[in-house]
Amino acid sequence: MSHPRPAARRFLPLSAALALALSGVQTAAAQTTLSALFMKQAAYSEADVRAMTAAFQKANPGIVVNLEFVPYEGLREKTVAAQASGGYDVVLFDVIWPAEYAKNGFLQDVTGRVNKADVPKIFPGAWTTVQLGNRYYGLPWILDTKYLFYNTAMLKKAGIGAPPRTMEELLAQARIIKQKGLARYPIVSSWSQAEALVADYTMYVSAFGGQFLDAAGQPAFNTGGGLRALEFMVQTVKEGLTNPNSREYLEEDVRRVFSGGQAAFALNWTYMYALTQDKKESKVVGQVGIVPAPGARGGAKVSAVNGSMGLGITAGSKNPDAAWKYISYLTSRPVQEQYAKLSLPIWKASYSSPAVTRGQEAVVKAAGASIGAMYPRPVVPQYQEVSTILQKALQRALLGQVSPEAALDDAARQVAALK
Amino acid sequence: MRFPPHAPARRRLEGVAVHLLALLLALVILTPVVWLLISSVSSTADLTSLPLRWWPGTPDLSRYAALLSVAPGSPGAAFLLALRNSLLVALGATGLSLLVAIPAAYSFSRLPGRRAGLLYAVLATYMLPPVALVLPLYAVLARAGLLNSVYGLALVYCTILAPFATWLLKTNFDAVPLEIEESAQIDGLSRWGVLGRVTLPLALPGLSTAAVWAVLLAWDEFFYALLFTSTTSAKTLPVAIADFAAGRAVDYGLICAAGVVAALPPILIGFLLQRGLLSGLSAGAVKG
Amino acid sequence: MSRVGTAGERHAALTRGRAPGTLTRRESRVAWVMLLPVLIVVLGAVGYPLLRTLYLSFTDARLMAFTQAPPWVGLSNYAQALQSPAFQAATGRTALFVVASVGLEVLLGVLAALLLNQRFYGRALARALLIVPLALPTVVNAIMWRWIYNPEYGALNALLTQWHLLPEYRSWLGDPGSAMTMLIVADVWKNFPLVAIVALSALQLMDRALYEAADIDGAGAWTRFWRITWPGILPVLSVAIVLRTIEAVKVFDLVFVMTRGGPADSTKTLSLLVFEQGFGFLRSGVGAAYAYLVVAISAVLIALYLTLLRRQAAP
Repeated sequence: MSHPRPAARRFLPLSAALALALSGVQTAAAQTTLSALFMKQAAYSEADVRAMTAAFQKANPGIVVNLEFVPYEGLREKTVAAQASGGYDVVLFDVIWPAEYAKNGFLQDVTGRVNKADVPKIFPGAWTTVQLGNRYYGLPWILDTKYLFYNTAMLKKAGIGAPPRTMEELLAQARIIKQKGLARYPIVSSWSQAEALVADYTMYVSAFGGQFLDAAGQPAFNTGGGLRALEFMVQTVKEGLTNPNSREYLEEDVRRVFSGGQAAFALNWTYMYALTQDKKESKVVGQVGIVPAPGARGGAKVSAVNGSMGLGITAGSKNPDAAWKYISYLTSRPVQEQYAKLSLPIWKASYSSPAVTRGQEAVVKAAGASIGAMYPRPVVPQYQEVSTILQKALQRALLGQVSPEAALDDAARQVAALK
Repeated sequence: MRFPPHAPARRRLEGVAVHLLALLLALVILTPVVWLLISSVSSTADLTSLPLRWWPGTPDLSRYAALLSVAPGSPGAAFLLALRNSLLVALGATGLSLLVAIPAAYSFSRLPGRRAGLLYAVLATYMLPPVALVLPLYAVLARAGLLNSVYGLALVYCTILAPFATWLLKTNFDAVPLEIEESAQIDGLSRWGVLGRVTLPLALPGLSTAAVWAVLLAWDEFFYALLFTSTTSAKTLPVAIADFAAGRAVDYGLICAAGVVAALPPILIGFLLQRGLLSGLSAGAVKG
Repeated sequence: MSRVGTAGERHAALTRGRAPGTLTRRESRVAWVMLLPVLIVVLGAVGYPLLRTLYLSFTDARLMAFTQAPPWVGLSNYAQALQSPAFQAATGRTALFVVASVGLEVLLGVLAALLLNQRFYGRALARALLIVPLALPTVVNAIMWRWIYNPEYGALNALLTQWHLLPEYRSWLGDPGSAMTMLIVADVWKNFPLVAIVALSALQLMDRALYEAADIDGAGAWTRFWRITWPGILPVLSVAIVLRTIEAVKVFDLVFVMTRGGPADSTKTLSLLVFEQGFGFLRSGVGAAYAYLVVAISAVLIALYLTLLRRQAAP
């Protein structure tokens, strides 16, 4: 996942929390001090994490947690580089990193600490975020996938009764909307040369029934569904259905364009829903529909990408017990339900709790179908290199420099050559 | 440049052309900055309206209030800390660098011996790409507990500023007439005495130039700061601003306001020390 | 021009009777003591990391694994880098950036200096304005231009379409055909004033008698520039060119903030590539080798310029 940063107003309570954290430091001498690394983005805002942590410290007077926030783009580099100094006890990690972290002995194996009774209560898709083989390297915290957001008013004007359930329908509806001049570019996506692009591609791969690697671990995305996924993406650009600026957009740009009423369809993470319903942030309040991203004829029924994140304990941590306590607290059901507006809980039972569903029934309904379909990005230790290769190949095809087939063949060759 | 006295019409024409070109130059320089300023006081609605509104309906100063307010509940807390960090790092690194650069520059200028090669070696370190040093430096800082510390960052900046200042000061010292030094030496001053009482005061414009350039360089540095600081207690302005803009946050006005505030100190310093900046450079540059 | 002579000449004047370059033992000791602090900084804070990086470049070090000694791989990292199309492409891009940026900066800088050397109302103010881009932090410059280039709300699109120079809004940084040009524009805007200031200071030191003689000879402006002005300011200009070239080869922050190397790698310069290998892929060894190749390229450049400088400084 690569959640965009929140608008600045959402970290307004920061200095208050900061003051609180600082005052905590002064009395920390006799206590256990943890340092934790989070990201400064939207799923849980910085203020949310500070509030959760303050509550945790209140409940556990012996433990003080120092918090650091970096943008998503710097999270992994910071985590890795800090290992030299034995930096953090608790780190937030993206679903694509545990393979690498585990291989390099960077995260503690917490299989023994996981409460076996909890395992069936949490979505399997969430568990895959922190699992490698049958070992656990943390607890899932943010459960997320991309959804299809649509502008209900625009669809109504276009005479479209229901949002698309397949990619073919999406194409047809987008064409109608473009023809009727309701939106110059009906679809907007985050296809900048960044992880966001690979997340979108993964979603399309899952729709068209493709796979990244075959059973032997060799690249397979350049054939079948993987190829059709990119061909579809390129087609929407060529027809002028996807906003051409998508090729320099990240998620926040997608939100801005969609919230400005300039697009009929957008693919984005859960967090966008609440913000499209905020008058200060959006011109389309009350006109936003959210459904699982479409499947494809002959492919999947719905499509989704696993964009979850987990919390782990670093190998260098001197206070693994306190760290585990902290992680367990943040991922616990009551805390997750309290902050369910921007990030849905990992707990199955939460989805029938009114505290979670109220005001976001549509999201919860879409999640019901999407969470089961979350498709993983390639689980390999050199994920970062695979992603970099893919990002470039996808962009070259989207920019019309090479055909989708040539781009993916080239990428497959490079991925196969990785050591 | 002189105009031939016998061509008043041509002279007037040239005068008009010169003024027009000067106006063009001023426009080229000012337009982007003025747009940054206007954007920082335009409401989001004005900034995102199509067609573009070049002038805000009513100026919106709320971002500056937010950035510059220490009151709890404003993003100013983090921003002002970054401002403070940048000041500490830039001034600390500059002071330290000048301290080591002054005697070295004097030595290179007045007592070169056969050490010209050494001067070029020192100068060459300034041009080294930081990527070539960053990994070991990271490990050293980590071991010394100087990560996420303004002092650690200031020390690292000395690796950039000291060679640069040495070079600039050396060229400035070269321009100080030797005869003055000679008579001072005859009067019994030591080399250190000559440096402190004669050469340095005479090379003051050059010294201020070196100091200003050093401050600007340190204020500007991004790569090391990005990797060596992550906490609000050490993060410098460039990193804080890049953070602001990283996820392409929607509030362009706030990003612009942060940019304006970060640009003000160096621009003010530049204006105030303009004379020294120009004359110091010219003295230094004649010799190259 | 008030030539002050080379250090060698003046030194010879001071140490009359001795061969130039030799000092008394006492003076030599003072010279070394004065150099010591800078040498400590240079050898300690630059030399050690430099050697350490050199060592890493011969190993398969990973950023993750600090504890064990990394396996020695000899020159294979260098071989890999030199054969890598990504490295070659990044070198080409960096060269383009350096040549175009520095070239335009020199051109615009000299033109601006010639203009500012004329008499006109508000000249002092115009000269002072040069400080603005120069003092503007690079990161601020980057976000400023990114905002100006914004595909939806950018001032550039608005201006060009309102003047009917552009039929419709377009993406500037999302198009591989224009992204690098846009970066260069941003860099040139910020840095041509440095060249202008240096060139102007050189112009002010020019000997007026030369121009008066040229006037009497009836030389045109073009001839005067190439015969008198250009040779006169060139030695000084070289200094600015060295500075700018050094900075341009290292370019990181501008690209990092504006495009992060995209679209489709079209702005991925060498520094970004090294950063990607070292911190993105955690391949410290390969990253170190890449870094050393950048050092080598830079070293060739600076050697070239230093030679040039010394030749021009000689009488």
